[in-house]
Amino acid sequence: MVKNIKAEVKNLTFSYDKAAPRPVLNSVSLPVFENSVTALIGPSGCGKSTLLRCFNRMHDLYGAVKYEGKIILQPSGFDILSNEVDPLEVRMKVGMVFQKPNPFPKSIYENVAYGLRIRGIKKKSYIDDKVEDSLKKAGLWREVNDRLKASASALSGGQQQRLCIARALATEPELLLLDEPTSALDPISTAHIEELVGELKKAVTILMVTHNLHQAGRASDFTAFMYLGDLIEFGESSQVFTNPKEEKTENYITGRFG
Amino acid sequence: MKYKLKRQLTEKLIELLLFLAAASSVLITFFIVYTLVTEAFPFFKEVGLRDFLFETEWTPLFENAKYGIAALVSGTLLTTTIALCVALPFGVITAVFLSEYASARVREFTKPLLELLAAVPTVVYGYFAMLLVTPFLQKIFPDLSGFNALSAGLVMGIMIVPYVSSLSEDAMRAVPLSLREGSLALGASKFQTSFRVVIPSAFSGIASAFVLAISRAVGETMVVAIAAGLEPKFGFNPFGPTETLTAYIVQVSQGDLPQGSVGYRTIYVCGIVLLLFTLTFNIIGQTIRHRMEKKVK
Repeated sequence: MVKNIKAEVKNLTFSYDKAAPRPVLNSVSLPVFENSVTALIGPSGCGKSTLLRCFNRMHDLYGAVKYEGKIILQPSGFDILSNEVDPLEVRMKVGMVFQKPNPFPKSIYENVAYGLRIRGIKKKSYIDDKVEDSLKKAGLWREVNDRLKASASALSGGQQQRLCIARALATEPELLLLDEPTSALDPISTAHIEELVGELKKAVTILMVTHNLHQAGRASDFTAFMYLGDLIEFGESSQVFTNPKEEKTENYITGRFG
Repeated sequence: MKYKLKRQLTEKLIELLLFLAAASSVLITFFIVYTLVTEAFPFFKEVGLRDFLFETEWTPLFENAKYGIAALVSGTLLTTTIALCVALPFGVITAVFLSEYASARVREFTKPLLELLAAVPTVVYGYFAMLLVTPFLQKIFPDLSGFNALSAGLVMGIMIVPYVSSLSEDAMRAVPLSLREGSLALGASKFQTSFRVVIPSAFSGIASAFVLAISRAVGETMVVAIAAGLEPKFGFNPFGPTETLTAYIVQVSQGDLPQGSVGYRTIYVCGIVLLLFTLTFNIIGQTIRHRMEKKVK
């Protein structure tokens, strides 16, 4: 399986606080392959969510943080972590879906249109098309096409999460970050989202944090195992889960700790 | 056995005391309304409801008395509108700054200062309007009379800003962080996030801040009594003198009107109209809030 690299993490060391003795991420290097799903796994506190949030510079919202190293988007060679780069510009290219569904208190239509509107797009026919297209990609169109003007809060949790995915897709991100997207959902909605993730990778590259090892095994093409801020092992998911190279990985996936 | 009886008795007694305390405020409100209605009722025997509603002059103490409440109502609406034009935008913008932009240190420093605005006695604001704001405005509008609705309204607006900003800020800070993150992650700026996500999400709280501001402006007395001129005039001219319902009550209750006369009754009539005003706004506010809360949930 030969794939193009969509994003590349190079020697990323990250601390929340400049004075912290120990960085939260310790010289992590990782490729993210195009049109595939990469899962970040590891026990709580291993830095997987922190790494994910470096990809859209979410950390910058909460005070002075310190990045060393690079995250390069390909093929443009755009360095996400560069000091000269405006985090807003990064977030225009990299979409994100959060643990808990967080639809805005607006209509279903306006939720999906939001990203377009803040980019100054006004043309109604264009927005209409994009909303329909994104809702279709997120597998929600059939359920909501007759009530686009209804409030998003009337949807079920699983539908809300798919709405958040549609919202992120509407602006055609180069990379889609999923931060434990099913941890607040019931098993049926979870299965739905996993299935969807498999479909979506045809259109967008996906990086996903998950606590659920079965989910990582089922839904991802590549898996990165992290432990205490280090990247321990990276490989194709089939290999990582059946034949891990590192002892720590094996201990984790067989449930000996974590 | 005796012990148990005693305990039951104290329980009952305490329950009764608590009930009386809770009931007292309801009772007092009831008595106020009762007094207003009974004292005002004879007024409408002497003055027809039609004259009261459709006459445009209010001169109850003149020989040729006229009782057109519209004059006082228009004055009240005029000063209230001017005040709200100041208080609502400034209050909301201040709230956005405090809740979305200011660091914790700036907020801790600014908020008490702002709330101090509400602690200044209103009579001080009245003289502030008359002696400082009016002369200043006269340089811009030479036709402005010495007593006018404009400066009274503006100063009243400044006075109300902390009511709006404080409640709005509380509402905005209660908006979950996850909504802000959702917006920012889509590439929205802080400004876009504040105005497109945070304010709509906090709308029910902001609406109740607005309602409080309106009630406060309608009920405000000293500023308008001092700076707006005590001249009942039907119309909406901000540059001239005017009189509000509240200012009229102050003006007349200081005089020596014979009890039971029609002039005396006008105080209660104005009181009822005022009460109806604030009641209406409160009901509107509650309705908006209920509707928004349903929508958000």
